[in-house]
Amino acid sequence: MKTKQITKIILGAVVVLTLVSCGGNTDKNETKTDQAALTGDIKIDGSSTVYPITEAVAEEFRAEQPGVNVTVGVSGTGGGFKKFSRGETEISDASRPIKDKEKAACEENGISYVELEVAYDGLAVLVNPANTWVDYLTVEELKKIWEPAAQGVVMKWNQIRKEWPNEEIHLFGPGVASGTYDYFTDVINGEEGASRGDYTASEDDNVLVQGVSTDKLGLAFFGLAYYEENKDKLKLVPVNGGNGAVLPTQETVANGTYTPLSRPIFIYVSNKAAQKEEVVSFVNFYLEIVPSISKEVGYVPIPNDILAKQVEKFNTFVAQK
Amino acid sequence: MTNSQKNKLIDNAFKIFGVACTLFGLIILAILIYDILKTGLTRIDWDFITNLPSRRAQKAGIYTALMGTVWILFLTAIIAFPIGVGAGIYLEEYGKKSKWANFLEINIANLAGVPSIIYGLLGLEIFVRAFNLGGSLLAGSLTLSLLILPIVIVSTREALKAVPSSIKDASVALGASKWQTIWNQTLPASVGGVLTGVILAISRAIGETAPLIVVGALAYVPFAPSSPMDEFTVMPIQIFNWVSRPQHEFAVNSAAAIIILLLITFMMNGVAVYYRNKWQKKIKW
Repeated sequence: MKTKQITKIILGAVVVLTLVSCGGNTDKNETKTDQAALTGDIKIDGSSTVYPITEAVAEEFRAEQPGVNVTVGVSGTGGGFKKFSRGETEISDASRPIKDKEKAACEENGISYVELEVAYDGLAVLVNPANTWVDYLTVEELKKIWEPAAQGVVMKWNQIRKEWPNEEIHLFGPGVASGTYDYFTDVINGEEGASRGDYTASEDDNVLVQGVSTDKLGLAFFGLAYYEENKDKLKLVPVNGGNGAVLPTQETVANGTYTPLSRPIFIYVSNKAAQKEEVVSFVNFYLEIVPSISKEVGYVPIPNDILAKQVEKFNTFVAQK
Repeated sequence: MTNSQKNKLIDNAFKIFGVACTLFGLIILAILIYDILKTGLTRIDWDFITNLPSRRAQKAGIYTALMGTVWILFLTAIIAFPIGVGAGIYLEEYGKKSKWANFLEINIANLAGVPSIIYGLLGLEIFVRAFNLGGSLLAGSLTLSLLILPIVIVSTREALKAVPSSIKDASVALGASKWQTIWNQTLPASVGGVLTGVILAISRAIGETAPLIVVGALAYVPFAPSSPMDEFTVMPIQIFNWVSRPQHEFAVNSAAAIIILLLITFMMNGVAVYYRNKWQKKIKW
């Protein structure tokens, strides 16, 4: 008798599962009956920084071409390139250019690619609004704070500039797995991945916002988008890269005066993918709407002349194949 | 103060300590739930459940993540249940005293303590690459099954242990074989405990993020999976994704999604408690 009950439970589970799978099927069929011109799958993976843009483009593209299934993952720039070089994805999101090692992996598997700039991201340096002493920071000062040798040594504000208070400095920054960290350490400390380790690290930038907005002695760096959503809780620090102190804004990031802490972000398209009509259509659509999309999700749009170059670059790449 | 008064005092003190211990976890849970409900409850409506992910927080929904979670849940249950219970029966009833069983037992206990991301890496190498399953639901479920197997095995063994040996002895004395005894006596008597263990283990599995991200679960999937070989996303990944967005409205969305995920977990735990009580009442020795 008891065994019957067990069988019933298992049967029940199977029935529910079948129902669920049927539900999924009808859903897929519905989308296909739409007057779609193109069908197919486009797999995208990579940087979580680029993700909001690609997600938004994929969402809009779905309205145009409902027969194309675009999926987007967030394995990080490095993880994305790993899949890309194995031919597992069509497009890779990247918050930094491809590394030599990753290039070699692509070559090994016979994958060539085109690199397209899609937007700009500014790295903002921030302090608490109650911090009255910081007027700007130079790149040298930032290096003094963040370089590996600063660990356990540079612990007080007056070690950075003498007139600043003799109080502790509390540092917040992205975790070592993020492209943001790679980029910051590269341009500030001169070596990618080299920084002091005694700071509060989080992969979630909202945690960094929380940290510096509740700590008068805090200093943080993270993506500009997170500042723009939390303007009332944070104070933006102008950065002097040698040509005077510049505040990161949409304009200064786009026209390159906010150096060195602004960076382009990319998508990479493989040659195999460029042979597929749906991918070509998707990338063209991407480049067409990315300026308005990047603004909407908090990034700095790419200027029109550079965008035109990307379109040209992609068209030549497609024509080659 | 007499001795008995003293004992009473200690008795009371310990009781208060016990109550405080119980409340400690519950109060923190209550604060958390209050906070989440306050933020997310108003965001939950039918559209939120049936909409696809979107960059506009107001339009975004959890449909594909929810479907992914449901798929993962059932596939993991179907895979982990027979394997875990089978292994539990072997260790408890057949391989009880051998050195080999001892060795297995120690290793299973160790497995229960391995961080979940390690299972993700294992799943990536074995299921995704070696078995060539890709970042599919099946690969994800197999990985999560590995993750919860130790819990299922241990709870199965505990449930089997709880069956009095007099029952088994009587069955054997009546001429039943070992298999007949297990199938007709031990298992039915312990099925409540076994099921409770399995359901609690699965409740844990549906909250996992890290191993699934490693295996290749995605963040943006605009269609519900229709077969075990499809790509997928799950609720915890959707929540994590929303929490890390700069815009505040996404935090509201994630709170709402957390409520739904909590509801699923509560429901599953409820089912576990129900079955445990039901079977416990039925069994009279």
